[in-house]
Amino acid sequence: MTETIFFYVFALLALSGAVLTVTARSAVYSAVSLIVSLVGVAGLFLLQGAEFLFAVQIILYIGGVMVLFLFVIMLVNLDEAARQRQFNRQWMLAAACVLGVGALFLYFLNRGAASFQIAGAAASVPGEGNTERLADVLFSEYLLPFEIASLLLLVAIVGSVIMAKKRV
Amino acid sequence: MHPITTAHYLVLSAALLLIGTLGVLTRRNIVIILMSIELILNAVNLNLIAFSKHLGQVSGQIFAIFVIVVAVGEAAVGLGILIALFRNKETVHADEVDLLKW
Repeated sequence: MTETIFFYVFALLALSGAVLTVTARSAVYSAVSLIVSLVGVAGLFLLQGAEFLFAVQIILYIGGVMVLFLFVIMLVNLDEAARQRQFNRQWMLAAACVLGVGALFLYFLNRGAASFQIAGAAASVPGEGNTERLADVLFSEYLLPFEIASLLLLVAIVGSVIMAKKRV
Repeated sequence: MHPITTAHYLVLSAALLLIGTLGVLTRRNIVIILMSIELILNAVNLNLIAFSKHLGQVSGQIFAIFVIVVAVGEAAVGLGILIALFRNKETVHADEVDLLKW
């Protein structure tokens, strides 16, 4: 019962934040609504027992990426852009395509609805937390992708520094 | 009230993904396009974690961690490109960047 109420509260946060992000005129408003949406999604992570990802979402997304976005909004002069047209000329075609894909999603979700009624087997060992399980799997089975991810982050750091430098 | 099933999470994540796609396809401001991409990646994470719970496996959460890593790298590089673009062309609108068009 409590879970149902929390699900709808967080889903409302996520969806309303997302709609405001896409429709807001000012980029700062858009960023703040995106933070609201990310908080909603973080709450849904917590609701599904993914505590580690909840913490990562709060610290890394809201604390890191959104601050980066706000910094760039301060650096780049957006006052002129806020006064101009916000949507491009193909917006009707884009909306039609998105509606089509949405109808497709609903159709296939309806067709597969029966398979979601079976409750998932909660394979949690008592006395072992979510973070411990994640660490066990991440550092044994997924060790190579983990190392490759560190390489990807290094490339991203070097690339963004070079891109934002004054004279290349 | 009905109990919350995996299908609820799937419908929610599909809705978030569609809103994000609409933002990418229709907005002109590149900063907001990048934020819509973050929205799409979040919808994917929600989907992965719903299936991780549904199947009782932890692999979905590992995949979500990798998606977050890619999203962070994409945001850093994308914003770097945006700063370089603004320095050279004084615009943040995606449809005014048409140097390669003829």
